[in-house]
Amino acid sequence: MRPTVSAAIALAALFVLFVLDRILPSLIDPYVFQVLIYLGINITLATSLNMVFGIAGQFSMGHAGFMAIGGYVAASITFFGGPVAGTAAPGLLLTALLGGGLAAAAAGWLVGLPSLRLTGDYLAIVTLGFGEIIRVIILNIETVGGARGFSGVPALGAFGPLGSFFWVYLVATVTVVVSIRLVGSSHGRALLAVRENEVAAEACGVNSTHYKVLAFVMAAFFAGIAGGLFGHFLQYLNPNSFTFIKSFEIVIMVVLGGLGSVTGAIVGAGIVTILPEGLRRVKDLNPAGTDPRMVIFAILLIVLMLTRPSGIMGTREIWDLFRRKPRSAKLD
Amino acid sequence: METVLQHLLNGIATGSIYALIALGYTMVYGVLKLINFAHGDVFMFGAFMGFYIAHGLGLSAEPSIAGALVVMPLTMLICGVLGYLNERIAYRPLRRAPRIASLITAIGVSFLLEFGGQMVFGPDPRFFPRLFPKTTIEVAGVVTTNYQILVLLTALVLVGALQWIVFRTRFGKAMRAVSHNFEMAALMGIPVDRVISMTFVIGSTLAGAAGCLYGLVYPKIDPLMGVFPGLKAFIAAVLGGIGNVPGAALGGLIIGLVEEYVVAVDPWVYDLIGLHIGRFKDAVVFGILVAILVFRPSGLLGRYEPEKV
Repeated sequence: MRPTVSAAIALAALFVLFVLDRILPSLIDPYVFQVLIYLGINITLATSLNMVFGIAGQFSMGHAGFMAIGGYVAASITFFGGPVAGTAAPGLLLTALLGGGLAAAAAGWLVGLPSLRLTGDYLAIVTLGFGEIIRVIILNIETVGGARGFSGVPALGAFGPLGSFFWVYLVATVTVVVSIRLVGSSHGRALLAVRENEVAAEACGVNSTHYKVLAFVMAAFFAGIAGGLFGHFLQYLNPNSFTFIKSFEIVIMVVLGGLGSVTGAIVGAGIVTILPEGLRRVKDLNPAGTDPRMVIFAILLIVLMLTRPSGIMGTREIWDLFRRKPRSAKLD
Repeated sequence: METVLQHLLNGIATGSIYALIALGYTMVYGVLKLINFAHGDVFMFGAFMGFYIAHGLGLSAEPSIAGALVVMPLTMLICGVLGYLNERIAYRPLRRAPRIASLITAIGVSFLLEFGGQMVFGPDPRFFPRLFPKTTIEVAGVVTTNYQILVLLTALVLVGALQWIVFRTRFGKAMRAVSHNFEMAALMGIPVDRVISMTFVIGSTLAGAAGCLYGLVYPKIDPLMGVFPGLKAFIAAVLGGIGNVPGAALGGLIIGLVEEYVVAVDPWVYDLIGLHIGRFKDAVVFGILVAILVFRPSGLLGRYEPEKV
């Protein structure tokens, strides 16, 4: 694609986002809008985890930790930096989100280091441990509220004319585009090679150490930005939102959709976000108080995994489903 | 000096419960290479079963040793059945699927037990009854209870029994063979599926026992109580060397002691550097995990196995 064409597409996308941002809040009811925002944030989270887990094959279970760092750093920048800068311009929010992303990326670099020595489940446990350490540390920082949580975070819509929808879906789109472009690039091929067989990749001259750390840093960066969006949308952050249960949730999105498939991650994020909301009616059937939704969610998760162990999409992308199969495929 | 010994005793009591849970993790990981995330919730289930059986027998009104001797084996039996069903329904169909799929079903089973527990047992904490009269024993300024001693003794007996099963019985031999090489064991005529089922049963039985003991020492039980002890027991299993029975026991004790002492030295450290280290208890435990995995991934007692190409 020529640069001018790409630029035109990007501008058109921005325009569409801007228009939707303007008209959506008045078109749909606030509850649906809220679910839509969570969906956007979850798409960012799932796609970013897919970079390190799906594409590079490094099992990370500490994604909520990166999200927490990004969320808290971004919220601190707007909360403490806003009065100092004396402005609430979109630039401040952008700085905050990027700052949160960079802080999370730095943490991702730190977590990526042990991945040089560990594989598979052990790596998963170490990243889970890192995620919990991050949470416990935040829990004990009194300047950002500690266990009480960080309240008074400025809203996403409080920065200039752009609303929550614009920011959340801008980030989601960028993450998805980066992911797709990554898979097609030589860096992406190197990551795939590391996933398939690290020793063979090394033998072909791929610096696996470099690529594994790169994957962690990128995934953490986008997770950090998602955390920033999450905090500014809710206008409140609490360390308990970022336990390993949250990390599990993101892992479930990626695996459910199909590990390594970018569009699969989006589908997975959609299921995990919308399913519990769709089951809200079930909750009304049981007015006694306890919520059966999570039980149904758990059962569906088990059944789905038993029937389609490699996820809904496998490693394929949406567009692969419409592509005509090569003739040789008829043989099997 | 007395306080140091006192903390040592408390740490060992908590640590032996972690050790019992860790054994289940380590055995299942040994044979299946699967982190059974639902294991901590089997522990929770054990505590609730103990609670209901004890109430059913009327032990909360009149505690007796004989009653306790019924509650414990019955709970272990029920948890064993739960472990069997768990493996049969959620893990066996996925034996040939990518390993990550069973990990996700493990998380699914864990959620099911937690939230199903909230529905069936109710989300509010319950109080585990005293199965037999609690007495305080004081030796040289160190205070302990017969409960703590019971926990320690039970843990010792069960670890011993497990060690005996793994190294002295035919079944143990089969288990070690499956753990060593799954496919080769099947070719040698070892009923792999049955061995794996039995491994789950034994592990869940131990978790059930741990649930009862935990309920005795810390009587407040709720459906989410298994999450953190489960995670810490897993850390204990990794610390000792996963797949290694004495290692899991050792790891459990170390984690229990570290937790106890981190809280114990809190005022002292606060005077020194102005930091409440006790609040970082969980972070310290996870820090140990990260350190052990980075510097000695095979664990304290584990054997290093080089990767073959």
